[in-house]
Amino acid sequence: MGIFWKAVLPIAAASSLSLAAFAQSVVDVSAEGDFQENLQEALILAEPGSTIQLPAGTFNLLTALSLDVENITVRGAGMDDTILSFAGQVSGSEGLLVTSDSVWLEGFAVEDTPGDGIKAKGVDQISFKDIRVEWTNGPDAENGAYGLYPVESTNVLIDGALVKGASDAGIYVGQSQHIIVRNSRAEYNVAGIEIENSYFADVFNNVATHNTGGILVFDLPNLPQMGGHSVRVFNNKSVNNDTANFAPEGNIVATVPKGTGLLIMANNNVEVFGNEFADNASANVLLAAYPREYNDDSYNPLPRGIYVHGNTYGRAGWDPDKDVRDLIAPRTGIPVPDIVWDGAVDGFWSAFLGPDEEDRVVIQEADGTTFANLQFVKDLILPWGADPVFDITDHAGKREPIAPVRITQEGDD
Amino acid sequence: MQPLSLCLSRALFAVIGFLFLAPSVVSADVNDEALMAPRPARMLSAYGLFSNPANQEPADRVLPYDLQVPLFTDYAEKYRFVYVPSSMSATYNDTEAFDFPVGSVLVKTFAYPADLRAPDVGVKLIETRLLIHQAGGWAAWAYVWNEDQTDAALKVAGKVVPVSFTDKGGVVQSINYVVPNKNQCKGCHSFERAVTPIGPKARNLNKVKDYGADSINQLTKWQDLGILSGIPAGHMPPSLPTIDDINAPLDNRARAYLDINCAHCHRAEGPGSTSGLFLTYGESNPTTWGYKKRPVAAGRGSGGLTYDVAPGDADGSIFLFRMESTDPGVMMPEVGRTMVHAEGMALIRDWINQLK
Repeated sequence: MGIFWKAVLPIAAASSLSLAAFAQSVVDVSAEGDFQENLQEALILAEPGSTIQLPAGTFNLLTALSLDVENITVRGAGMDDTILSFAGQVSGSEGLLVTSDSVWLEGFAVEDTPGDGIKAKGVDQISFKDIRVEWTNGPDAENGAYGLYPVESTNVLIDGALVKGASDAGIYVGQSQHIIVRNSRAEYNVAGIEIENSYFADVFNNVATHNTGGILVFDLPNLPQMGGHSVRVFNNKSVNNDTANFAPEGNIVATVPKGTGLLIMANNNVEVFGNEFADNASANVLLAAYPREYNDDSYNPLPRGIYVHGNTYGRAGWDPDKDVRDLIAPRTGIPVPDIVWDGAVDGFWSAFLGPDEEDRVVIQEADGTTFANLQFVKDLILPWGADPVFDITDHAGKREPIAPVRITQEGDD
Repeated sequence: MQPLSLCLSRALFAVIGFLFLAPSVVSADVNDEALMAPRPARMLSAYGLFSNPANQEPADRVLPYDLQVPLFTDYAEKYRFVYVPSSMSATYNDTEAFDFPVGSVLVKTFAYPADLRAPDVGVKLIETRLLIHQAGGWAAWAYVWNEDQTDAALKVAGKVVPVSFTDKGGVVQSINYVVPNKNQCKGCHSFERAVTPIGPKARNLNKVKDYGADSINQLTKWQDLGILSGIPAGHMPPSLPTIDDINAPLDNRARAYLDINCAHCHRAEGPGSTSGLFLTYGESNPTTWGYKKRPVAAGRGSGGLTYDVAPGDADGSIFLFRMESTDPGVMMPEVGRTMVHAEGMALIRDWINQLK
């Protein structure tokens, strides 16, 4: 059986307040015998409120693990010391799947999954603390898609993670609400950090480097949750994203140009401040409409209410890739400016008068920050076309700051 | 409810049986107490669901049933049974699985004959899965049969069982059959996060079955036995065509196949909701059932292809790419098979190729 139950005496047992909440126990998963069975059995039989302790060591798993018990902590000996290797996995489309509420994952690594690393689906309160997900062979189209993959979840915390080599996004939060991604590092992925079709997200104090694109904020059509909004991207470093795009064709991230610092596609109400963007060969910041045909009347493909202020910009745009090379650079010249907006707006009047105030792109940056509005819609409407506008002061102004995200596991409701 | 004395005598009987570890207590009665116990029985025999387990002969009131279109599980033979406690009945539903009363059990045994061309000869039982409707909801458990085929033991963490059989083409196949763990059961049997049955829907039960003494429509049989109620008078329940019924429209056969093989996850209420690809039989929005729908979080599951269903181009469709794969990072369904279903793929190929 290989599982030993240690009762941890509830310190606050005398308090009749919340006996149930303190009914904790620690399950030590043994490294002896069949580790896969020991661990999976522990994940199934755990009582709510208990901690599953993983030993140090490297363990080879053949099938996907899953957790469906509420209020569980899974804790390893550290992201470099407890390693779950899925290099030989024969079944299951992720390494670990979490489907129960209030789950805290801490201090272990998942390596070389054929599919996704750790997926949390439909979870309220999912926390990843000091977790590493890595494809150890480096960037490869055969790597799994997502490293950390919370989806359709609420109260998502990703703190101190390290994700390397994902063929889609290293840290991907999709169709979720109330999200914090902080103090994490994403490198050698196609997308470092991606927030997609999500509401209320704070992405801060992260480093995204050596990805194809550092940070993406996307909204896509034909999904149960659309209309991504209220996203803050601040105090991150998105630098030196220099890995050629290795995503399989057909996926939206396969279109991301190598050397993109930040790409905001569609979405409403996104605030970008205090970040460092540098050494991104296509562009530091791109603001773009969803570029493909779609069949969904309820979807808005435009970025609206974007507020970019107080960031620093290093070298960028000297060697553009994909659409930046083919569509943008011929209009802006090289180097491509620090911030490029495609100028896609909603309808005829907006094309000439600018969008409504609430939808406006507001940019307040230090002197010398370069910018282009490509005026794509105006260019389509006018028979003689329209040239890009490079005057950043057209977008000067202030917007109301977006309120910080609060999540339940940090004591906020 | 049963008389208290009967409950007590049954409980006593179960206790005695446990004390003596009787290996093959043959009882023709289902053990309701064992079914409703908070912890699952260690051995399948404790439930008394079979009068002759090795031959899969059910106990009294445990009724075998078939599905018009089954889920593909590596060509395993499946023996399905339904048990509804006496004086209770499941409630009919036109589109969803019937609403079974607490106390009901759905039983599915997976087995391989030595040769698929002689499905009744040399059958080896692999596992029996139970869906038990308890007061707190449906519980899913898998029991793995012993070598002697006398009983099956609970496996919560799943198991890999090497299996060999001769396929319909006469080729010997050796596979690693995967018994799901408890959570993987829920990976498919999930509706708005609660464990739920998939198969017993009107459209998939609506077929004639040979019961030995008689040969009648299953829905009629269930109604006659009192285990199903609520079919409106004069109502014609929906039905699915079998996948090899060449008289049925190709579109219906393909959608029926996708309905039972995919739609337990790929529906708004299922585990695959995040994809926006919904494959229930009644789904009418073409983008939603995959027509020129782009992948969302497929990763290398896209195979470098643009659309789930590229009309007229089966080989250019993500559907075929993923359903013909056995790579865990690519394949669909994600669990439940290690082989490719050649007949099903031929159907989906024909269907996509004739779509305009």
